[in-house]
Amino acid sequence: MSAAVDFKNVDIVFGAARKEALALVDRGATRQEILEKTGAVLGCAGANLTVNEGEISVLMGLSGSGKSTLLRAVNLLNVPARGNVMVKDGDRMIDVAACDAATLRHIRQTRVAMVFQQFGLLPWRTVAENVGFGLELSGVPEAERKARVERQLKLVGLDQWASKYAHELSGGMQQRVGLARAFATEAPILLMDEPFSALDPLIRTKLQDELLQLQAELKKTIIFVSHDLEEALKIGSHITIMEGGRIVQTGAPEDIVLRPANDYVRDFIANVNPLSVLTAWNVMRDRRDLDHGEDGWVWLDRRKTTRFKIDEHGLVAAAERDGKPAFWVSCADVEAQPEETTQVFWANPGTSLKTVMLAMHRSQTAPVALFDDRSRFVGAIGVRDVLSAVLRR
Amino acid sequence: MDPVSQLISSFKIPIGRWGKTFFDFLTTNFEWFFDSIADGLTVVLDGLVDLLLLVPPVLLVAAIAGLAWYLQKSWKLALAVALGLLFIVNQDLWQETVETLVLVVGAAAASMAIGVPIGIWAAHNERGYRYLQPILDLMQTMPTFVYLIPVLILFGLGIAPGLIVTVIFAAPAPIRLTHLGITSVPKPMIEAGEAFGATKRQLLWKVELPAALPTIMAGLTQCIMLCLSMVVIAALIGANGLGKPVVRALNSVNIPLGLEAGLAIVVLAIILDRISRIGTGAAK
Ligand SMILES: Nc1ncnc2c1ncn2[C@@H]1O[C@H](COP(=O)(O)OP(=O)(O)OP(=O)(O)O)[C@@H](O)[C@H]1O
Ligand SMILES: [Mg+2]
Repeated sequence: MSAAVDFKNVDIVFGAARKEALALVDRGATRQEILEKTGAVLGCAGANLTVNEGEISVLMGLSGSGKSTLLRAVNLLNVPARGNVMVKDGDRMIDVAACDAATLRHIRQTRVAMVFQQFGLLPWRTVAENVGFGLELSGVPEAERKARVERQLKLVGLDQWASKYAHELSGGMQQRVGLARAFATEAPILLMDEPFSALDPLIRTKLQDELLQLQAELKKTIIFVSHDLEEALKIGSHITIMEGGRIVQTGAPEDIVLRPANDYVRDFIANVNPLSVLTAWNVMRDRRDLDHGEDGWVWLDRRKTTRFKIDEHGLVAAAERDGKPAFWVSCADVEAQPEETTQVFWANPGTSLKTVMLAMHRSQTAPVALFDDRSRFVGAIGVRDVLSAVLRR
Repeated sequence: MDPVSQLISSFKIPIGRWGKTFFDFLTTNFEWFFDSIADGLTVVLDGLVDLLLLVPPVLLVAAIAGLAWYLQKSWKLALAVALGLLFIVNQDLWQETVETLVLVVGAAAASMAIGVPIGIWAAHNERGYRYLQPILDLMQTMPTFVYLIPVLILFGLGIAPGLIVTVIFAAPAPIRLTHLGITSVPKPMIEAGEAFGATKRQLLWKVELPAALPTIMAGLTQCIMLCLSMVVIAALIGANGLGKPVVRALNSVNIPLGLEAGLAIVVLAIILDRISRIGTGAAK
């Protein structure tokens, strides 16, 4: 995987007293202190973040935490006071904070497109003209422009509305126009600043789903600002949490949920249902950490109710539950299984925690085994592992 | 008089004489310059008047009514325009009306041609606008008679100085409204343009001007009305038009003539106001 956007020590300050503010930033001053001492507003400080190609990287945080500020540095709507913002252009990485005007225009016209929270459509243009706006700016000939616009409108399901004006459309449709306008330039990097926040919840969910579908097809690199953790967890493959202009944690969604870096992050995830994020892999105990008995027997749980005998290939040769022989069944059809005490369910690392819990329920709290894709035993999940993940303890 | 006042007034600063010297200098050294401007303007404007007077009044009335319909898509307005103009023809003020129309439209066009670019410049240059603002205030609040005299000295009598004083008075409106229109373009629209890689020029033509167009058009309407309000003053320095009969009526206390001409100006004002409200749908 290679980086599409790379923030390196980016500081952004609004206001006049830049030097003084940066000196305070270096001493680790908070935004409040900087504001009181210099009158300058700290946008973001010391931001380091790599966004890989094809990833949806979500920036999260409370209002004013600097998400938009950081996002807008990618196409230089906000100019960093210090640091580099590297953007991939073909096989080169270009520092937009230091490039000349022509290069910046090239990046904006062909590499980075943006979707705005309030849509940012031009009301005197029709839907089709709005979608073609970026192409028009970069001088794409009219015939080609028309074809590309039509294709984008089909993609977002608005081909019937091409000749309407933006204000004749509902909010959800307007944002589809915004999406189509961004897709039309075929820029591989997409900046989305709370694109769905202005929409009502049903439409929001629908557009999130559509975005994920489109993304599966188009494989863009997306930097997405959100203040809604559910949204972030749903669409993000990587999440970065910001507070007061600084990045406090960055990682995979389950990292954030399982291992919050501080109380701010903990508050953030307090209301998240871990079941919607976590997979079996996130909560299992590795096979090496389990209690090993003699003859290749391994205890799956701490209470020592269930054990597997593992052969030299890592496959399960025998199972025993409560001292009696048992058989092992896949979680995949847990619903179809009768409730029995002689069965032990197994799952794959990618199985959702919810399914694992269902399996535990069906098997009357037996641990769940984890097999890799070649049926080798890799670990197990006991009731306690599930509880501590759900309760985050 | 008390001694202090006496002291103050004992020596009068010769502003008047200095001013005259200055204008003498201008007229002797740059006469060719001011004269050629005045002559050029006179030829163009008088030529236009003559041309329009060749057209039979009824035809011209129909054309103007047609323009009203074209711009506002309202039959009612077109009809009202035609009736109003026919009333003026009936009052035997048609020639004066054409002269006034040419002066007003010419002055408004000149004001827009000067005002819109200045407004655009000012919108992108807040510092410049801070210096410009007091000048605009002065242009609009200074009693017209104050600058009538210098203009007279430089450009003589006739339609040319009439146009120039009218432009001085009317140009601040399009400047201000263009500035207002462009500075109040919503930020997200500007950013949409920037984010997709617009050059400064593309931003101006594809985002700022279209977004500011309604305000600029309001500036046009205002500008035309301000121009019309100057017809009587323009008449004082020799510009032909509906102002002439008003001035004549004032001098000779000719009440009927004054009423007729005054009414014609009002009718013209209403017509111009309605026709020029482009894009606001006010006439519908
Ligand atoms: N153009 C600007 N001029 C001055 N201050 C600004 C500017 N843009 C942002 N700020 C300030 O920078 C800080 C971070 O703002 P930013 O817009 O990045 O927050 P955010 O995390 O996107 O919040 P929100 O969820 O409200 O959009 C805020 O304190 C804001 O007031
Ligand atoms: Mg924001």
